[in-house]
Amino acid sequence: MRKTFLLEIVMIAVAVAFLFPVYTLVSLSLKDPGQISRSPLALPDPPTLDNYGSAWTAAALGPSLVNSTVVTVASLVALIALGSFAAYFLARVRTRLGYGLYVLFLLGIVLPFQLGMIPLYELVNTLGLIGTHAGMILFYTGIQLPFTVFLYTGFIRALPREYAAAAQIDGASHLTAFTRVVFPLLRPITGTVLILNAVFIWNDFFTPLVYLGGSGFETVPVSVFAFVGQYVSQHGLVFAGLVLGAVPIVVVFLALQRYVIKGFASGLKG
Amino acid sequence: MTVSSSRRRFTASAPSWLFAAPALAVYALVVLYPAVSGVVYAFTDWSGIGQDMSFVGLANFGTLLGDDQAMGSIGNTLLLTVATVAVQNGVGLLLALGVHAKLKSRALLRVIFFAPVVVSPVMVAFLWKYIYNPDPSAGLNGLLGLHVDWLGDPSVALWSIAGMVVWQYAGYSMVIFLAGLEGVPRELHEAAMIDGAGTLQRFRYVTWPLLAPAVTINLMLSTIGGLKLFDQVFAATNGGPGYATETLSTVLYKQAFVFGKFGYSTAVALVLALFVAAVSLVQVYYLRRREVTA
Repeated sequence: MRKTFLLEIVMIAVAVAFLFPVYTLVSLSLKDPGQISRSPLALPDPPTLDNYGSAWTAAALGPSLVNSTVVTVASLVALIALGSFAAYFLARVRTRLGYGLYVLFLLGIVLPFQLGMIPLYELVNTLGLIGTHAGMILFYTGIQLPFTVFLYTGFIRALPREYAAAAQIDGASHLTAFTRVVFPLLRPITGTVLILNAVFIWNDFFTPLVYLGGSGFETVPVSVFAFVGQYVSQHGLVFAGLVLGAVPIVVVFLALQRYVIKGFASGLKG
Repeated sequence: MTVSSSRRRFTASAPSWLFAAPALAVYALVVLYPAVSGVVYAFTDWSGIGQDMSFVGLANFGTLLGDDQAMGSIGNTLLLTVATVAVQNGVGLLLALGVHAKLKSRALLRVIFFAPVVVSPVMVAFLWKYIYNPDPSAGLNGLLGLHVDWLGDPSVALWSIAGMVVWQYAGYSMVIFLAGLEGVPRELHEAAMIDGAGTLQRFRYVTWPLLAPAVTINLMLSTIGGLKLFDQVFAATNGGPGYATETLSTVLYKQAFVFGKFGYSTAVALVLALFVAAVSLVQVYYLRRREVTA
């Protein structure tokens, strides 16, 4: 017991040191410029919320929160629909062609997105989708499909075929058997797919920087990037902006932490 | 019996390929077609504007070999990758072993160590840019009583970036190792204890071999993440000071969107793709071989 007690003390000390950046973030966001230059490490005395009000308006976080939400939610719906349907075929088909198609999807997990970045930019531009929600949703659906298909296919393969077969004996088509019987059984893996893709899409920076930069449809990371660039020396203001930008995902994480951690532990990508 | 045999025949009918058609269409449009075109563009001098482009063979790769910035970025990318992979997984394993023990605070500790994983890397980089303040009274310098220009000194900057990546993702390695640790049967530990094995021996001969799948996943994830590293560098140093923290991803971004050399940029992207593919294959091959099952 003494051993666990010592270990507990050590781990708590490690956690406190680990939280130093978070302490810095929050305490600076509650200080005025004078306090920041006088006593950068001390607790805010007195704390002020002024930075938050200014950051909210200056970073235009309201619209970008809406943009991020629209893009993330729509992409997730498309990914779950397209990914689970495709996986149902790929997990059940027994032909060489079906297996080849599965491998083709897996290839997408290894390919770095940068390889196709410029041709894709050109394509999205030709379609008139640069700087639009639709372009971003199409993009995330495509780029995250391989990983989604991989997770769903593995799960469906381990699922007994009898469930769908029983429905079909009762006269259901493959489509009905899938939507009514199989899909509800996929709930655990759908949770994983949802969490991993949501975190990736919400936080992605490179793509919206390239495809949405300066469009008015910017997502949170891009808005925060532009905001920080503008107010770089006003640390209190910048950190209030960072806190506001991070709060939505941190709240969701804290509410669902057991599922999020489980999802990351069982998934393969970050 | 007749029912079961007729059912077996029934299940042999696979769903129509149309189930996969929409996914395949989007995947082909967004990933396959651009990637194949990317390979083609790598052999051209395309500027990104208009249709003016001619095939230049391997000229882009020749340019790459003579381009100090790009060659330096390959070295930086590899150094960053090795440093983050080693430290992030080492720290992640220690954290996992710590919170795997029966501590009262284990649930809270897991949440704390994992939390940075869900935050945007760009925001983490901006936070650390301040933590790495050269001012001796603020940030990390103030905390440790040092006077280091973490991001401004070319010989330190790359390691500072590695440090912030490790801080953000050690918790990710931790949860994957934890999942592995939870799969180690308690009986094996008890048997080893009865045989007189100490803590270290039990780790070496019981836990470690059974952690192999978690090690494989962690090494792959962190290696691929390290090779593709962009956000943190772009936000914290933008490749500077000089070219000290330039990575393959920042170079290919600048070549395309700052200098308009789209052909050359895709050549750099192709090099990155080959690195990622090679590493993935080597890791899968070698690491799978040492995996054992409980």
